[in-house]
Amino acid sequence: MIDSISWIAVYPEIVLLVMACVILLADLFVKSPSRTATHVLTLLTLGVVAFMHAIYAMEEQTAYGFGNMVVSDPMGHWLKCFAALSMAVMLVYARPYAQDRGMLRGGEMYTLSLFAFLGMCVMISGNNFLVIFVGLELLTLSSYALVALRRDHAASTEAAMKYFILGALASGFLLYGLSMLYGATGSLDISTVFKQVASGQFKHQVLVFGLVFIVAGLAFKLGVVPFHMWVPDVYQGAPTSVTLMIGSAPKLAAFAICIRLLVEGLLPLAKDWQQMLMFLAIASLLIGNLAAIAQTNLKRMLAFSTIAQMGFLLLGLLSGVVFTGNAGNTSGAAAAYSASMFYAITYVLTTLATFGVILLLSRDGFESEEISDLAGLNQRSPLYAGVLATCLFSLAGLPPMVGFMAKLSVLQPLMASGQPMLIGLAIYAVLLSLVGAFYYLRIVKVMYFDEPITALQPFASTEVRTVLVINGALVILLGLFPSGLLQLCLSAIVKTLAG
Amino acid sequence: MGQSLGLLSAAIWMPIAFGILLLALGRDDQARAVRWIALIGAIASFLVTLALYDGFKLGTSAMQFVENIPWITRFNVHYHLGVDGISLWFVPLTAFITVIVVIAGWEAITERVNQYMGAFLILSGLMIGVFSSLDGILFYVFFEATLIPMYILIGVWGGPNKIYAAFKFFLYTLLGSLLMLIALIYLYTKSGGSFDILTWHKLPLSAKEQTLLFFAFFAAFAVKVPMFPVHTWLPDVHVEAPTGGSAVLAAIMLKLGAYGFLRFSMPILPDASQEWAWLIIALSLVAVIYVGLVAMVQEDMKKLVAYSSVAHMGFVTLGFFIFNPLGIAGGIVQMIAHGFVSAAMFLCIGVLYDRVHSREIASYGGVVNTMPKFAAFALLFAMANCGLPGTAGFVGEWMVIIGAIQYDFMIGLAAASALIFGAAYTLWMFKRVYLGPVVNDDVKGLTDINSREFLMLALLAVAVIWMGVYPKPFTDVMDASVNDLIKHIAVSKLK
Repeated sequence: MIDSISWIAVYPEIVLLVMACVILLADLFVKSPSRTATHVLTLLTLGVVAFMHAIYAMEEQTAYGFGNMVVSDPMGHWLKCFAALSMAVMLVYARPYAQDRGMLRGGEMYTLSLFAFLGMCVMISGNNFLVIFVGLELLTLSSYALVALRRDHAASTEAAMKYFILGALASGFLLYGLSMLYGATGSLDISTVFKQVASGQFKHQVLVFGLVFIVAGLAFKLGVVPFHMWVPDVYQGAPTSVTLMIGSAPKLAAFAICIRLLVEGLLPLAKDWQQMLMFLAIASLLIGNLAAIAQTNLKRMLAFSTIAQMGFLLLGLLSGVVFTGNAGNTSGAAAAYSASMFYAITYVLTTLATFGVILLLSRDGFESEEISDLAGLNQRSPLYAGVLATCLFSLAGLPPMVGFMAKLSVLQPLMASGQPMLIGLAIYAVLLSLVGAFYYLRIVKVMYFDEPITALQPFASTEVRTVLVINGALVILLGLFPSGLLQLCLSAIVKTLAG
Repeated sequence: MGQSLGLLSAAIWMPIAFGILLLALGRDDQARAVRWIALIGAIASFLVTLALYDGFKLGTSAMQFVENIPWITRFNVHYHLGVDGISLWFVPLTAFITVIVVIAGWEAITERVNQYMGAFLILSGLMIGVFSSLDGILFYVFFEATLIPMYILIGVWGGPNKIYAAFKFFLYTLLGSLLMLIALIYLYTKSGGSFDILTWHKLPLSAKEQTLLFFAFFAAFAVKVPMFPVHTWLPDVHVEAPTGGSAVLAAIMLKLGAYGFLRFSMPILPDASQEWAWLIIALSLVAVIYVGLVAMVQEDMKKLVAYSSVAHMGFVTLGFFIFNPLGIAGGIVQMIAHGFVSAAMFLCIGVLYDRVHSREIASYGGVVNTMPKFAAFALLFAMANCGLPGTAGFVGEWMVIIGAIQYDFMIGLAAASALIFGAAYTLWMFKRVYLGPVVNDDVKGLTDINSREFLMLALLAVAVIWMGVYPKPFTDVMDASVNDLIKHIAVSKLK
């Protein structure tokens, strides 16, 4: 079987793995308290990996490697490219914060982040249930360690414990579901499972039983209701830089495994899992938006907002196949899944800038954790207030920010389905985004209308400021010119569905 | 046709570019420079819009100055602009009011001047965008984006209860427009993948679809107009908004809603519009009569003018939904006239508020004794507000009343009775504030308007009298488009 190992499919991952090990070793010799060498090397690695993925993605070819264990397709490469960029941006924002809090005494933040990213890459390009699972574990184990990076900080340690226990439980769910599928179909290979399930020779109950556990496991990872309880606690307890890491790139990987497992593997069961996702979406939109109103802690509020946003993302995943009776129509599938992909990418972009500003304000032992800490930010720094306000309006789905385009593209397949149920769901989602607008506006209000409690000018290095301004500008520019990214998502998904 | 950017784009993006420039570079220690740049930006943008009027061809209902460039190919969204006789006048009106507002905020605003001026300039561009969009999503983007600068303006520079007002304004109007978004996506699906408004005008729709869509659009536009009973946000917001904010809100933003009826509801859903006209007419009459009565008992000048705005906008929607040329043209004329008059009324209140810091009618009395020049202007605008012949307020109301009488005598009679209420609340307020002896030391110490305020009020006065005496340039422009609209509505779209 040596022929079927096509290394070319995993070159970027090999580079990443090698570099992660090199950085781990090289860091031992870094003396600088701000870990400049490690920082630069890590960013360089991520940049190179992102570049390689972009090149691969533009070739627009689907290839399999390692005996069908991994797949190399445009969707995976684009997602990995964006994940690499978002990890790099995250590290830029996180560095001053981490240094202030003694998290840079060793270079663990960098190596753990790289391994977490490697986990994401494996998840995104896995074509086998076990490979996906291994990637997921690599990501989550690294994340647990990152959350606990401030050893002397009680809240972080508590958050890490919660994250670990619930995360392990979720992994168990997922693994159990996968084993059921293996039992039913006799294969772990995604395309084989797809063929087997499509043949219809297997007991529907057994498959659906496994499916329930898989969906539950995915829901844990996405952080949607009713599997969301870890999200607020971890967001609040983790060091803000790690919150940003958990809240950004892994969402892309989570989206990818939803596509790999549910669409590529189990599309014949779409009727069943779409119903489950619908329930999850309805509950997430409701609980996420309503609970966010009651929060006074900024990170906790953003956690609930994430839950609601993930509910929106699910709307795209659940409207791919339109059923009239038992006959499914997949003509709208590419539009629906690419809308979700667009949603995930733009959500990550917006989250990066949001937390970027929060990280920048949490300096010199002062945690900018409460919403009231932002009071009068506009008078202290119009630029950062402007960036944060732009992101919040985007999360609320207001044009001309990119969040509006994301919501529009997700709602469009729901309406196009022509089914009263899905149209009703669209109206429901839209009305709850009104509730969402309220709590995002509340932060804008605190920043713009309230008097500042401190006259301290937020300080940021040129590096952070430049990245933040570009990031904030992209939130508007992608809203004004979304065509390219929308098209990119669409053609990537079309390729994946065809492959 | 219309592949390149043109005058309309300039009218939209020029004020926005100036606004962004001010936001990016302006500081409070250069407030003077900021004000001048804002004024230059506003005037330059206004001149561009005048060129639009100059180049506008009469006698055709076709869209002019069309620009059509693919924008979001994935959803077949186009950057499609154009104006016809219905929308043309709102473009210079918006730019004109922006000039006035910049002048009005010259001295009153001393903190974060660049953000104040920048927000108004950006708002101006966005509102012009609403009036000239011919693509559903483009329209929606402009329509919603106006909320952001207005929210900031009310919340930062507003009165004591500004936060409540800012939230009420934002959430109230957002609720309506979200339903419109659903309607837009529905029409996109139904029309086989087009967001083009003119294509939608020809799209056949069943009676049930039309009714549902009609109410989705109604939710967006009725809140914005605002129509009874969803008008309650307007008085609260007006009272707290800064003077300039109130002026723009009353003069332009309310028109976005009424304009939406003309561009979306009526031509896209003619059958539902006919079927539900009774509802709109009834609500309009309630607004005209009941809200007129409510205005009479107000203690707060801004609240009084706000209720009077609701009543005047009632005339507009009444005119639209009686489906005859006089009614619709009258409604549009009334919109423009109300733009001038309501802005002037709010600026007059602003002049007093800057000096005394009170909006209560009871705090004033005998202002004419200390501010004779100002009182003369105020009298003119008060007369225009009651619809005195020879002022802008008269033309539109008169046309709508005639149109209503043609439609149904009783409706005409009811509408006409509103003129009495209008005169009653406006003149009574005028009497209490301006006439009589000087009541307190505040009024005694008033200084008359300075040359800046004189200029601002004089510009509006010229507009009000010009439109009252010689409305032909306004009515000529809209003739062809209004007639075409009426012909279009008369044809059923039912399959």
